[in-house]
Amino acid sequence: MPEGPEAAHATDVLIRIGVRTADHPEERRVRAAAAQLGVKGLEACRFWTVYHLEGPLSDADVARLCSEVLVDPVTDGAIVGEPDVAARAVEVAPLPGVTDGAARELERAAAVLSLPPLRVATARRYELSGDIDEADLTVLTQRLLTNPTIECSGIGELEPSFAPTWEAAPAAPPVPLVGLADEHLAELSRRRRLSLDAAEMRAIEAHFASCGRDPSDAELETLAQAWSEHCVHKTFKAQIHLSHTRADGRVEVSHHDGLLDALRQATAELDADWLRSVFVDNAGIVAFDDELDLAVKVETHNHPSALEPFGGANTGVGGVVRDILGVSARPIACTDVLCFGPEDLEEADLPAGVLHPRRIRDGVVAGIGDYGNKLGLPTVNGAVLYDRGYVGNPLVFCGAVGLLPAGSHPTSPRAGDRIIVIGGRTGRDGIGGATFSSAGLDATVVGRAGSAVQIGDPIVEKGCIEVVERARDGGLYNAITDCGAGGLSSAVGEMGAELGAEVDLASVPLKYPGLQPWEIWLSEAQERMVLAVPAAKVAPLLELCRTWHTELSDIGSFTSSRRLVVRHGDCDVIDLPMELLHEGLPGRTLVATHRDPAASAGPAGEPPVADSGKLLLDLLAHPNVASRESIVRSYDHEVRGGTVVRPFAGPGADGPTDAAVLKPLDTWHHDKAVALAVGLNPRLTPLDPWAMALHAIDEAFRNLIAVGADPDRVALLDNFSWGAPTRPDTLGSLVRAVQGCVEGSRRYRAPFVSGKDSLYNEFDGRAVLGTLLISAVGIVPDLHRVATSALGASGNDLWLVGHGSNRLGGSIVADVLGIDDNRVPPPVVDPLPRYRAVHDLIAGGRVCAAHDISDGGIAVALAEMAIGGQLGLRATIPADAAEPGTSGDTPFGASGNGSEASGATRPGLVAALANEAPGRLLLEAPAAQRATVAARLGELGRRIGTVTGSGEIEIHVAADPAGGSTPLPAGPGHLTVTLAAARRAFGCRDSSP
Amino acid sequence: MSGPPVLIPHAPGTNRDTEAAVAVAAAGGDPRIEPVADLAPADFSDYAAVLLPGGFSYGDALGAGGRLALELQAWFGAELGDFARSGKPILGICNGFQALVKSGLLGHRNFTLAANAGGRLECRWVTLRVEGDCKAGWLEPLGESLIRCPVAHGEGRLAVTDPTAAADLEREGRVAFRYLASGPSGGAAGAAAGSYPANPNGSVNDIAGMCDPSGAVVGLMPHPEDHIVDWQRPSGPAGARGSALFEAFVKAAR
Repeated sequence: MPEGPEAAHATDVLIRIGVRTADHPEERRVRAAAAQLGVKGLEACRFWTVYHLEGPLSDADVARLCSEVLVDPVTDGAIVGEPDVAARAVEVAPLPGVTDGAARELERAAAVLSLPPLRVATARRYELSGDIDEADLTVLTQRLLTNPTIECSGIGELEPSFAPTWEAAPAAPPVPLVGLADEHLAELSRRRRLSLDAAEMRAIEAHFASCGRDPSDAELETLAQAWSEHCVHKTFKAQIHLSHTRADGRVEVSHHDGLLDALRQATAELDADWLRSVFVDNAGIVAFDDELDLAVKVETHNHPSALEPFGGANTGVGGVVRDILGVSARPIACTDVLCFGPEDLEEADLPAGVLHPRRIRDGVVAGIGDYGNKLGLPTVNGAVLYDRGYVGNPLVFCGAVGLLPAGSHPTSPRAGDRIIVIGGRTGRDGIGGATFSSAGLDATVVGRAGSAVQIGDPIVEKGCIEVVERARDGGLYNAITDCGAGGLSSAVGEMGAELGAEVDLASVPLKYPGLQPWEIWLSEAQERMVLAVPAAKVAPLLELCRTWHTELSDIGSFTSSRRLVVRHGDCDVIDLPMELLHEGLPGRTLVATHRDPAASAGPAGEPPVADSGKLLLDLLAHPNVASRESIVRSYDHEVRGGTVVRPFAGPGADGPTDAAVLKPLDTWHHDKAVALAVGLNPRLTPLDPWAMALHAIDEAFRNLIAVGADPDRVALLDNFSWGAPTRPDTLGSLVRAVQGCVEGSRRYRAPFVSGKDSLYNEFDGRAVLGTLLISAVGIVPDLHRVATSALGASGNDLWLVGHGSNRLGGSIVADVLGIDDNRVPPPVVDPLPRYRAVHDLIAGGRVCAAHDISDGGIAVALAEMAIGGQLGLRATIPADAAEPGTSGDTPFGASGNGSEASGATRPGLVAALANEAPGRLLLEAPAAQRATVAARLGELGRRIGTVTGSGEIEIHVAADPAGGSTPLPAGPGHLTVTLAAARRAFGCRDSSP
Repeated sequence: MSGPPVLIPHAPGTNRDTEAAVAVAAAGGDPRIEPVADLAPADFSDYAAVLLPGGFSYGDALGAGGRLALELQAWFGAELGDFARSGKPILGICNGFQALVKSGLLGHRNFTLAANAGGRLECRWVTLRVEGDCKAGWLEPLGESLIRCPVAHGEGRLAVTDPTAAADLEREGRVAFRYLASGPSGGAAGAAAGSYPANPNGSVNDIAGMCDPSGAVVGLMPHPEDHIVDWQRPSGPAGARGSALFEAFVKAAR
């Protein structure tokens, strides 16, 4: 049957159809958001979806389309022809060429109905009424209804924005470069936004001077992509000289020969026999059971999400899922970690050209849900952080996990293999994404970078998933990779690095005509995979693609020439030696500085807290502690039927859990399961990036342990989002964080298996809050032996594992009470004994609940357990300051930042309730298990209380560091809050148990 | 494989097909996932039952399930009609339910599945009661039993043209499943009476699933295929699994 549009006929008509659904959620959203923007006079919003149809349509055809496709008889009304022109209306339409799924599906629906071929364009129409003036209309249009990155808008009726149809003769004109002086090379790099420095431009100039010609535009762009920070990680491979000033003024100078190598070396030293493939492919691969391996990857999509939150996050999920496909694995789950500016940021504090954090958050959350849900992948774990350090540069980390039969991923393309592209068509979208993400943001980028962000098409990617799994099982390809940053240029260039490749761009299917060869070659259009396919296997692969509605194109072949040769029909586009692409990049030597904060004894005293119960409620209501239900429930975390521990626990399913546990389909014949967790603590980065990294590792690790994962089978992933490494102190903190990762890998005996750095996260020359995300993947030996944070039964014992600290730097309570403390709690020196003990107790079925102590400290953790379990508790928490064994050490290891006086003073009440020292867990166990638990924990843990049916959370702070049984008398050392009050403060949606 | 052959059509964007197949196989059926592109009208005679699974067929680009509904109607409308008239069961779950409603296979369009009252996708576990007076004969073995399972949809609010339409559906025995409020221990505590979160989407009369006037075609929004073994449940006592529904479905296909 006919698919897609054809050329318009003389009898074509242009029809406009507006459809309105009664009480559409968008109408409520607009009214609420308008009020938040200060437009108080908006009384009503009528939301219409507009379809522009062009084709030889009769009135009867239009009526059929309306009744059978567009208009729901129960909820919808429609207007064919001119809308209500008297209404005050804003119309918004996707820019030509932006993904418009509804338009495409309507064209196909017409074909299903055997109607003549149509061209369709869509728009949204908002009819606004009330006491609003032109200024209000402008505010609503610009700040709420439209994103100019991907949309156009206007007051009144817009012309339809059909996809462009103009043709252009292919050309790859030379760029004058040979013989240019340094300053002109630099100017050329800036003007074409190549993000290459003087030495790199000079290396390119030297190559072409030796060839006696200038590069074509496509050659220059190809080199810029291949040598971009995003693709080749120049900073993580650079030589770095670090000058580190200690708190006491000593200066240590050290030389670092590649940060990436340091992480790889740490992994290699552990020599774990369950590692399959680390740091070399699209994703890390570790063993799961006797037959199957797990593939894991976490990516960032920060800059796109800053400009177009929905599309940026949407394609972030799509990209990381393709990384999993790129190691021949079937994706089984997604994770996401999001960092935004404060939700209540005053409009006046918003820099020009920046979207409000609320709008970014709503768009990002919708984009993640849209893509993961539509792929049928459960989004099971993650985090959301709010901090002023993310106002101009939000962070979006997207993770994915996949499953593949051990040894089933082919990685050797052969000369003669066809270069096959499957999935989406190529458009002008995303051009320059790799170089774009290797440069900082500023207000002018926001204005001109439109083409760098795309809207995803998850259904096309779903087709790729089905095809790749079957093609792998059928042995239909010799190598596979995804088309990510750099597009075909990067994918073909990397696959053919040892061979050579010849490509004809005229064979690449386009979304619309008119693309120049370099645009086709470098387009970052989504949902494409590149495969090296033996000629005899192309036909079966094509048949597979037909079944799963996936487009396939054969664009060339791998050769043995060691050259990359690209043409477009008769037009020569690229002829470069592979060696130049992959080995021609000059190495970098960078200078880094780091200065530890001046040693401080901490604040002179704690601020007086008259009502410690209110303090607990304030902590629970803090934006970085409160319930994430309103976000998380918009992600399907149940699809694939294997979610054992989900984001929420307890009878009301509203207690926050620490990690996800998944039982993949096809593995139900045994009891092993996968655990996923994350850890990050960027508030510590400005204080001590080395300790920050160890804290992040500990958090991810203890989250895994809390749900029942084996501490001796944990794999880690690192994702660094940092500012410009050309600034020595920014680079210095990055180096310290990497050193912390290396130390953490040793202390926890947990290898890094994959990582990614995203640098140049800047706005207006200010670096983002340096953020290290640690993701951890573990194995739960028996899915029936897991724990969640929700308390189980009154009468059970509560146990505390680990020791607190009186250092409050970076803590939630320091933020709530305005405590000025730059001391970071010391990282755990010897973490494994405690985590092995906890694991033994959970795996042995001795523990009913477990919860990690993190943001907000022990009082918050206890309250969360009560909230989830809908039970009360009574606990006496110890007033100990520092972990035994650390006070005599230099608590910060090599950093030596401050030292704890031995026999530490008893901390104040606030520190006892809310310090965020690492290495701590709370356990709930039946009283009958008391002796067993005590025996296994020994010195590692203490019994601190009891679960009650009282409906109250009662917390005492012990008078002595031993955490003895003599509670302080009533007063600030004793707090009681009702479960109902705690649930309200935390933001439980349904407050009645 | 033995057992009655059950067709599970797969459209681009379908995604709970594998779980549905696992549930059918566990109930003794022979599930066969077939891409819609490969189906011919004559193929329907090879099957004893049809299960339209969940997902986002065609990205829900023209309303949830709308594009798939159009194909079912245009390409296989007659075959599916014959199928139901011969008493072979047809079950639609989530997106499959949406497609059944919009294709007219669940009867006259005086009801629809509209955007959730909350305005967004909602994923949570719910408790369903199988309605004893439902005229879907193949649900009879279930009695008035309970099923606990998750919902995960954005357009699952059962809406009607007017209050009399709802009363008509009730009187005709067309209501197959209802959302229940759950008690403190996870057991049922009566109808949800429209209140969130027990009724997760604001459906009229807490309706979670329907049947057609013949009783052969049944659709529901929640996912009983995601609760067929005990470890899948989040909390509370074991039982109230969705497997019973698939056992009844396969039994009716024999």
